Amino acid sequence: MIFNIPFIAVAALIIIGLYAVIFRKNLIKTVIGITIIESGVNLFLITLGYREGGVPPIYTNLPEDVSIPRGMVLPVPQALTLTSIVIGVAVLALMLSLVIHIYRVYGTLDVRRIRRLRE
Amino acid sequence: MTSIEYIIDHSPALIIAIPLLGAFLTPLVSRLGSRIRNVFVIIVAMLTAFLVFLLASDVFSDGIRTYIFGSQDLTTPVVRILFEVDGISIFMAIISVLLSLLAAIYSWSFMKKYDGLDKYYTLLLLMTAGMLGMELTGDMFNFFVFLEITSISSCALIAFWTHKGEAVEAGFKYIVVSAVGALFVLFAVALLYGQYNALNIATLANTIQYSFLDKIAFVLLITALGMKAGLVPMHMWLPDSYSQAPSSVTLILVGATQASLYGVFRMCFTLYGGVFADGILSSMTVGWFIVVLALVTILIGVTMAIIQTDFKRLIAYAAVAELGYMFLGIGVGLTAMGTSYGKTALDGGVFHILNDALDVGLLFLVAGSIYYATKERDLDRMGGLARNMRYTSMFFIIGLLAVAGMPPMNGFASKLLIYESTYQLSPILSIIAILSSILLLAVFVKVFHSVFMGPELPRFRDVQEVPRSMLLAMGIIALIIIVIGLIPGIVVENIVQPAANSLVNHLDYISHVISIGGV
Repeated sequence: MIFNIPFIAVAALIIIGLYAVIFRKNLIKTVIGITIIESGVNLFLITLGYREGGVPPIYTNLPEDVSIPRGMVLPVPQALTLTSIVIGVAVLALMLSLVIHIYRVYGTLDVRRIRRLRE
Repeated sequence: MTSIEYIIDHSPALIIAIPLLGAFLTPLVSRLGSRIRNVFVIIVAMLTAFLVFLLASDVFSDGIRTYIFGSQDLTTPVVRILFEVDGISIFMAIISVLLSLLAAIYSWSFMKKYDGLDKYYTLLLLMTAGMLGMELTGDMFNFFVFLEITSISSCALIAFWTHKGEAVEAGFKYIVVSAVGALFVLFAVALLYGQYNALNIATLANTIQYSFLDKIAFVLLITALGMKAGLVPMHMWLPDSYSQAPSSVTLILVGATQASLYGVFRMCFTLYGGVFADGILSSMTVGWFIVVLALVTILIGVTMAIIQTDFKRLIAYAAVAELGYMFLGIGVGLTAMGTSYGKTALDGGVFHILNDALDVGLLFLVAGSIYYATKERDLDRMGGLARNMRYTSMFFIIGLLAVAGMPPMNGFASKLLIYESTYQLSPILSIIAILSSILLLAVFVKVFHSVFMGPELPRFRDVQEVPRSMLLAMGIIALIIIVIGLIPGIVVENIVQPAANSLVNHLDYISHVISIGGV
């Protein structure tokens, strides 16, 4: 049970994030929602990367009984998470800059008052 | 080994590297002057196109080609990314590279009056690199990265005219949709990686069990990519961003949408292809589901197009309807998997991807030209433009006939394949499809009448024909439309059928990767 806690946290984060994206009326909160989903997905990737009894693949710091590459953890999920964090920062910056532009033009961040694009 | 073979060998890497490098050189080159920058961008696009065609001729004659980034041998821990190029990937790459080359040519005059063009061209090439990467890669995570590159750059391009509130709004909508969609894709990738310890599409497809988690991953992948491809009911972002982006950007955006469509195909036919082939998941179920969604897409696209008064928004809804036709072809192909008319439907659906990109792209370019000449997008306020814009109106006629599927244009050839095969599945489906096509014709005839016909309006007396680069871009598309319309048989045999076959034969895709060691 105790090992399932990260997965429960992942599900909770993704659902909270989706709720914020769908139901919140403030654009900043939509952006926050997306970053929460992103943290959930990143947490999921990192949790998958955990191997019980594995040794981190740092070649200079290996214990005596571990031979290369046997016993070492292949750090693919960690690499994926790093990439995804970098991409997430880019998306976040872009979204916030768009929010700034929207605020300049419309003077509000309330989605109900921004919707000029209808049918 | 001759030098041409050497280039073909490395072309999968070069096709990504050249636009990527070109993108980040563009700001430097633009210090030398705007003319040199434009020439540079067009040369980069042409070079990429040349490599894509070179690779295409090789793939169509010799079959699947792989390219390994990272460790070549299998002794040490295997850390590598595979690019795998088969018929459908190179088919989509041809479309993408063609669209971005034409957009670069069109932008020369169209974007001349605006500043910040060094960033514009950087994003344009970055988007090209992203689309091509999505189409050529054989790795799930790599696919996600290129998906994000494409969405970030296309979002920035949609909101390029930041002084307009609507454009920024459309850009924001697009980035929200694509960010959430891409995160779902990443979640699905993580689900698959956690179970099978692999990221390569072929390796995953070889071992996939269709467990409960795989079902979740399947749904997440198809919804997220379908959302990015503009399938109804997830199409709401599409008319906004298509209509608010500059026309040259809309042209590439069609390509970016279709790259996501390619993602749907790849996941359905290759990653989960074995699941369908073994009958674990009935292809009938998924097929009918897609057929129904496709019909709804066609109907909503056409009916919404009728009531629009904004020129580009109307075309955008027509583009939604056209997407429906592609999905109809694919859906019928899945439903009737293994029969001869199922194969025809698949051919038609794949063929229609090419035709839709050209037809809808041409119409968007015409709308952009009208906007360039008159600064007007409202259909009710235009009229009599055929007097001053002779070539543009001619191109519009070609585009409208092609979109509505009239002979002898290319739209007719692919739609006929779809109608024929759909009729054998169920006549009602093809009747709806044909009727929608006719409605589409009616819509565009109305548009043609209100824009180009009628009395000369005093406001538009001094309107000039658009500059040469825009005419050239439209002319090239019109020429390709007519050529494909006149010789559809040759195109289908040489380009479309290999692409459709590579969708069906997922075992080739898998065995090719297994033969070089998997992973």
